[in-house]
Amino acid sequence: MQNLRWKVVTIVAVLVAFASVGVYPIVAAWRGIHKPALLMDKQLKLGLDLKGGVHLVLRVNTDDALRIETETEMERLREELTKRGVMYTNIAAPDSTHFRVEGVSQAQEATFRQAVTDQNVQTNFDRSSGVNGTYTFTMKPNIQVSLREEAVVQGRETIERRVNELGVTEPSIAQQGQNGDQILVQLPGVTDVEKAKEIIRNTGLLELKIVEQGPAATREALMQNGQAPGGMEIVAGASTPGDAAGTVFYLVRRVAAVTGKDLRNARQTVDENNQPAVGFTLTNDGAQRFGKVTAENVGRQLAIILDGRVQSAPRIESKISSDGRITGSFTQEEVQNLALILRSGALPARMDYLEEQTIGPSLGADSIRSGVTASVVGLLLVISFMLVYYKLSGVNAVVALVFNLVILLGLMAYIGAVMTLPGIAGFVLTMGIGVDSNVLIFERIKEELAAQRGVRASINAGFARVFWTLVDTHVAALISCAFLFQFGTGAIRGFAMTLVIGLISNLFTSIFVSKTLFEVVLARRHQVATLSI
Amino acid sequence: MQIFKHTNFDFLRWRWHAIALSWVIIIAGIVTIAMKGIPKGVEFAGGTVVIEEFDDQSVTVQKVREALDRNYTGGGQNTLVQSWGDPSARTFMIRVPQVGAESGAALGKEGQQVEDALRKANLGNFRRVGGQIVGATVGRELESKGLWATALSLIGILAYLAFRFQFSFGVGAVVATIHDLLITFAFLAFFQYDLTLNVIAALLTMTGYSTNDTIVIFDRVRENLRSMRRDSMRDVINISVNQTMSRTIITSGTALLTALALFFFGGEVLRGFAFTMVVGIITGTYSSVFIAAAIVSFWRGTAPTRAGAHAPAPSTSPTAPSRRVRPEGTTTSAPQQPSRRAKPQRKARAS
Repeated sequence: MQNLRWKVVTIVAVLVAFASVGVYPIVAAWRGIHKPALLMDKQLKLGLDLKGGVHLVLRVNTDDALRIETETEMERLREELTKRGVMYTNIAAPDSTHFRVEGVSQAQEATFRQAVTDQNVQTNFDRSSGVNGTYTFTMKPNIQVSLREEAVVQGRETIERRVNELGVTEPSIAQQGQNGDQILVQLPGVTDVEKAKEIIRNTGLLELKIVEQGPAATREALMQNGQAPGGMEIVAGASTPGDAAGTVFYLVRRVAAVTGKDLRNARQTVDENNQPAVGFTLTNDGAQRFGKVTAENVGRQLAIILDGRVQSAPRIESKISSDGRITGSFTQEEVQNLALILRSGALPARMDYLEEQTIGPSLGADSIRSGVTASVVGLLLVISFMLVYYKLSGVNAVVALVFNLVILLGLMAYIGAVMTLPGIAGFVLTMGIGVDSNVLIFERIKEELAAQRGVRASINAGFARVFWTLVDTHVAALISCAFLFQFGTGAIRGFAMTLVIGLISNLFTSIFVSKTLFEVVLARRHQVATLSI
Repeated sequence: MQIFKHTNFDFLRWRWHAIALSWVIIIAGIVTIAMKGIPKGVEFAGGTVVIEEFDDQSVTVQKVREALDRNYTGGGQNTLVQSWGDPSARTFMIRVPQVGAESGAALGKEGQQVEDALRKANLGNFRRVGGQIVGATVGRELESKGLWATALSLIGILAYLAFRFQFSFGVGAVVATIHDLLITFAFLAFFQYDLTLNVIAALLTMTGYSTNDTIVIFDRVRENLRSMRRDSMRDVINISVNQTMSRTIITSGTALLTALALFFFGGEVLRGFAFTMVVGIITGTYSSVFIAAAIVSFWRGTAPTRAGAHAPAPSTSPTAPSRRVRPEGTTTSAPQQPSRRAKPQRKARAS
């Protein structure tokens, strides 16, 4: 009896919790009653088809991708030349597709050419030599084309990961434009253009570089002959809010020890002062390089640069390999966003906004009405069938179904899912298929009753027998969802996510809730001769 | 109330007919796909967007939609009209799917056709304030990764069923699921429904449904195997299918009810999705018996499931090898029994 009371308490608690997240905001918005911000924050949003959202067009500055490639190639060659002792007067990249080495002496020409060959510079660049030992490297046209295309595709995929990490937010993302260098992003459930831009805005380019000098109060203090020394660059520190004058500058190595590309994971954490920070883990390859660089530079500072700003420059105490932490003056929310941005990968290039506009729903009122009507009809059909066929026990199944519905809505709202019209239809279908668990149990109870067992024994046997069947069907489905989530993208991940929620909720309601309901009813009677099933 | 009280059909007698029927549908489907293909949804194809601003105060999203429904051919339900900015600004974004191969002239041609359609509807003066050719919203990434993910998830199910049941059961379930996918694709091709993201979601739902249905029957087979050791797998399967008959009918019935409601009342938007589900539920139920169970029965042949049965396990009742359709044994702990056996036979343990 005590046991039963706790079961009922558990069930009611679960119901209240999920109803307040999943159902209350919908009802509140509909009836215009009090909306506590705490609950409205996580409410279930409506999709582009039902409510519209924000329409953004971004242009990818594909030149950035070319510049990064050119500069990386140039820096690699510079290091190689230094290693081989090849002297030159200057090395520079005048634009995004060229770099030039000047003043290579005739005596070292052969060594220079060998260095170029060994570094495989000519895979992507054409070499032409001029007077006075000048060599110009030009990026091959086909490489330029493919790098530009890659930058847009990568940008698109990165944005998709950022706005749709779990696959349940139903955005619409496409490449567009004559050159194919624009990305169209439509986000549902947002009416504020600025807020939508905030999600996409940050490039999220993380670089860890060794500090050569600094911090200094001005840029000029770090310069030699009016410019940064070769192979170095000057990077500004992140400005502290309300302290514009406090900006400091660092002289850092141009080549990054590791970048965002070497990250395997990023997550929220806290630093030694319990301030919000982002923890990261490097890939094996990245960890190896990072370990080498940090081991060689113990005692020096390491600049953590995000989007061209030094966030912090801690001293390297010892060799660091796979795990690190980005600290700075972050709020909890900034840390959360930063971790997401780092996980989704850096945008390969800067982006400009060409268009930003709010848009209305893509479906007409009558389409929405018929879709919703059909869904309600479907749900009512299932409910009436269960009531007619299983009589009073059908009521049990319907209560379980309603619980299932509430739990699902609550969980979907919690993970930030967006409801589209097909989503609603899928929901109803889930209910239609989900009663299978109840049907299995009830049919088994009927069989037990037919074998002349008592009502209580039959109910217990029915649940116990079917338990392992349900475990098998649900575990098999969970396994398949795990694969779909791990290896799928976008909508497929979303599908798996939703199904996992449905499966867990279904197991809880069909076994725990339904059994408890039977127990509650039977507990009131001493002698039970018949069961309405 | 009970739909089927004591059925005793010999389902497996019809397995060859069923397999032949499946092959006919699958081959017809392949031929249709080879000849006509399955039209890809607007998400895979991309299209043209034009933004038009109207002078007439009375023009609404609804009126623009109706005008295009009447006068713009080739768009169908894939023509989208959305208000652009404030709805009272009478500016609308119109998106039509790409027709034919991609070309630079598409914006001009399709944009022109949209404007012709609007002009015919007498909506007053309007001008184009923007236009663009839009690529597919679903990247090629989804196609390749989606296929991989599905294949791997099937292997996962195979492994789990091989572990919980027997290897042949895993093979049966997975082959049945692949069968259902092929059949559903065939029907999508016959009726030329667009392969949209929603249809893909329905396909995934359907594979889950199909596996679920198969496992329920297998579970009963596993239970019956314990008591019917002198019977052939074929008999055990037949009896198990009969015992679970009313559950199978009711479950597929409720699922079918919802899918049919969506199909008939859901309108254009949900039709492809609902159609896929209707076909999937029917074939998923059918394949559990005629494909999945049939494969297990081929695999195990007609020999007794456990030749010269050893000492009966504690749960086995003396009268167990019975052909009558009625639940055997009523102990509640039956499913856990095999693990308690002292030195279990490999087959018996797995079953």
